[in-house]
Amino acid sequence: MMQHSTTSRSGAEILLQALKDQGVEVVFGYPGGAVLPIYDAIFNQNAIRHILVRHEQAAVHAAEGYARSTGKVGVVLVTSGPGATNAVTGLVDALMDSIPLVCLTGQVPTHLIGNDAFQEADTTGITRQATKHNYLVKRSEDLARVVHEAFAIAAGGRPGPVVIDLPKDILIAPAPYNPPSEDLHRSYRPRLDPDPAQIRKAVALLKAAKRPVVYSGGGVINAGPEATVALRELVRLMRAPCTSTLMGLGAYPASDPQFLGMLGMHGTVEANLVMHGCDVMLNVGARFDDRVTGRLNAFAPHAKKIHCDIDPSSINKNVAVDVPVVGDAGRILRAMIAAWKEDSQEQDRAAITAWWRQIDQWREGDCLSYDQDMSPDAVIKPQHAIRRLHAACAGRNTFISTEVGQHQMWAAQHFGFEEPNHWMTSGGLGTMGYGLPAAMGVQVAYPDALCIDIAGEASILMNIQEMATLAQYRLPVKVFILNNQYMGMVRQWQELLHGGRYSESYSEALPDFVKLAEAFHGTGLRATKLGELDDVIARMLATDGPVIADICVDEKENCYPMIPSGAAHNEMILGPGGEARAAGLTDAGLMLV
Amino acid sequence: MEPSAIQSATISVLVENEAGVLARVIGLFSGRGYNIDSLTVAPVDDDRGRSRINVVTSGTEMVIAQIKAQLDRLVPVYKVADLTREGPHIARELALIKVISTGEERSESLRIAEAFRARVIDATVGSFVFEMTGGTDKIDAFLALMRPLGLAEVSRSGVAAISRGTNIL
Repeated sequence: MMQHSTTSRSGAEILLQALKDQGVEVVFGYPGGAVLPIYDAIFNQNAIRHILVRHEQAAVHAAEGYARSTGKVGVVLVTSGPGATNAVTGLVDALMDSIPLVCLTGQVPTHLIGNDAFQEADTTGITRQATKHNYLVKRSEDLARVVHEAFAIAAGGRPGPVVIDLPKDILIAPAPYNPPSEDLHRSYRPRLDPDPAQIRKAVALLKAAKRPVVYSGGGVINAGPEATVALRELVRLMRAPCTSTLMGLGAYPASDPQFLGMLGMHGTVEANLVMHGCDVMLNVGARFDDRVTGRLNAFAPHAKKIHCDIDPSSINKNVAVDVPVVGDAGRILRAMIAAWKEDSQEQDRAAITAWWRQIDQWREGDCLSYDQDMSPDAVIKPQHAIRRLHAACAGRNTFISTEVGQHQMWAAQHFGFEEPNHWMTSGGLGTMGYGLPAAMGVQVAYPDALCIDIAGEASILMNIQEMATLAQYRLPVKVFILNNQYMGMVRQWQELLHGGRYSESYSEALPDFVKLAEAFHGTGLRATKLGELDDVIARMLATDGPVIADICVDEKENCYPMIPSGAAHNEMILGPGGEARAAGLTDAGLMLV
Repeated sequence: MEPSAIQSATISVLVENEAGVLARVIGLFSGRGYNIDSLTVAPVDDDRGRSRINVVTSGTEMVIAQIKAQLDRLVPVYKVADLTREGPHIARELALIKVISTGEERSESLRIAEAFRARVIDATVGSFVFEMTGGTDKIDAFLALMRPLGLAEVSRSGVAAISRGTNIL
């Protein structure tokens, strides 16, 4: 552990050595005064590739896209002061969605810290609540250890972002090097293996269930591909319906008959009614978020709840559960499969069959249907655009990212995800501007894959500058804009909850997205009516380079089904004409977001 | 006890003595809207590598369980114990209390201090500084009696707490 290298290398060189030994292949960053020594060290090597973004927030989202699609830790490099503060939104986004990142921030030299020096900010102070952990390196001898520790913390337990603040003098002074060791941080010991007694209790409940449901979340995806395999096996063993959170899409194949689609605020009717009516609920790697539960005192009122989470603080936070199981989702699922096979108790097959008969009845309502006029001059429905895009992507290794809003929910509802790690969206924080840089990060990891950002015309403008990064690195990301000229989700809430007073939600003076794409050395396409849609999609997919496809869709289309804030799972608005208040919305609900 | 009833809890946290650890704990409380009624912190081992933080907080049973779990997931935290719920414990505070008065009030304050076993650690013709240790209730009771007798200034340490018997954190 303490084997110090004898050759004298600068802190910046030691930093790069540590990154290399951590298996880092790519860093997303933006230079500035405080990190010039690191950029000098980058200049002198070839092992680590640097992607120059156009805004530090985008560097973090790109690293998130990279991390989520590969399962590796994403790495960000930004300068002090504004470089670090610009990264904060991305860090909170990664914290909320449990994405492993290491973010290196420059800092003024140690002797100037606290003096309000040029481009100084209290980065560790600002990011303390925005990260899983953070460091200020004040001694050269700590540098290598801190970097290795940061990677272990970012990826270990419930993953999250870690900031390392690096004063410029530490980057210049010679520093010793220690290779990575197995030692985690002295006090950080997340529990990975579940308690066998809890597994047995859970399986006994599941075996006896007459109306079971499996509700899976992002934790299953974070636990790696083996967890996904185990989830699929357990759901099939149980013959149970399976629903997923926004973050968990792809863990269970969308096309499988046991999959009910997403649950929650814009989930399917069948998923939400199954959650409401179940007698035993198995939550794996989800956190009973308010977008999922609706009104808490009406949430799954008859269910025994089993909650599997790697983070003990997620247990009993929002919803009191009967059987908590703390550990890694993959290990828990494998333990449950083994216990299920050992347990001699028989399932009540008749009850399960009756449960499926009920579910099939709910499914007949076809809650995601929409009215698309099929004449060539018809206005394009946004749902239809996504379905056509999905159909056109068949057979290709497709990664989808989104911005935030209606288009995000339509993508979650209508683009079927068959595999994990192929869906990148900002779930917890709901960060507009996430999708384009995230798609960029995925494309860097998978240069030959099809990477599409399903966007809205409002969100896309929040990180549009990254079109320049796409051009520089020849990253053929496709931006598929569902352009309804409104901040659609804001407009929808104003229509349903605020008397149709569309305060500040109309996008005046939008750019010409075709010309915008061309200005950034890409290809611009536009579809204004149904007859043009398939052709635009085909041309977009056939174009070898970045594309913006401006799909002009129905301006007033709303995203249904919808559980208004403060309503219960059985109080959904199913379509136009559904009155929010009639559907159970109270004044207390109106105060929720 | 009703699950929704507000209860008090004395929580001890053993932490790695690294930069920012106290800010992390305090930020957790303010960021998640938990109460801090009292907070003490000091290194507790030979090489000053670990510190102990004692927090007196209040909330429903679910909130207190959350506080414990949230503290436990902080990277520099070794161990968290809810002393109030994990068996009997002892909690003590130190208070320095300045009373400025003359005549009958002055002698009355001295008599009460003796009854409470508070020590005089500074005296002038017009003032006393009393030192007392005890449970929070005892110090509160003493302060209430001193108020009409010229109580001028109070400095309290906050609660240090430890479990009874052979249990250790």
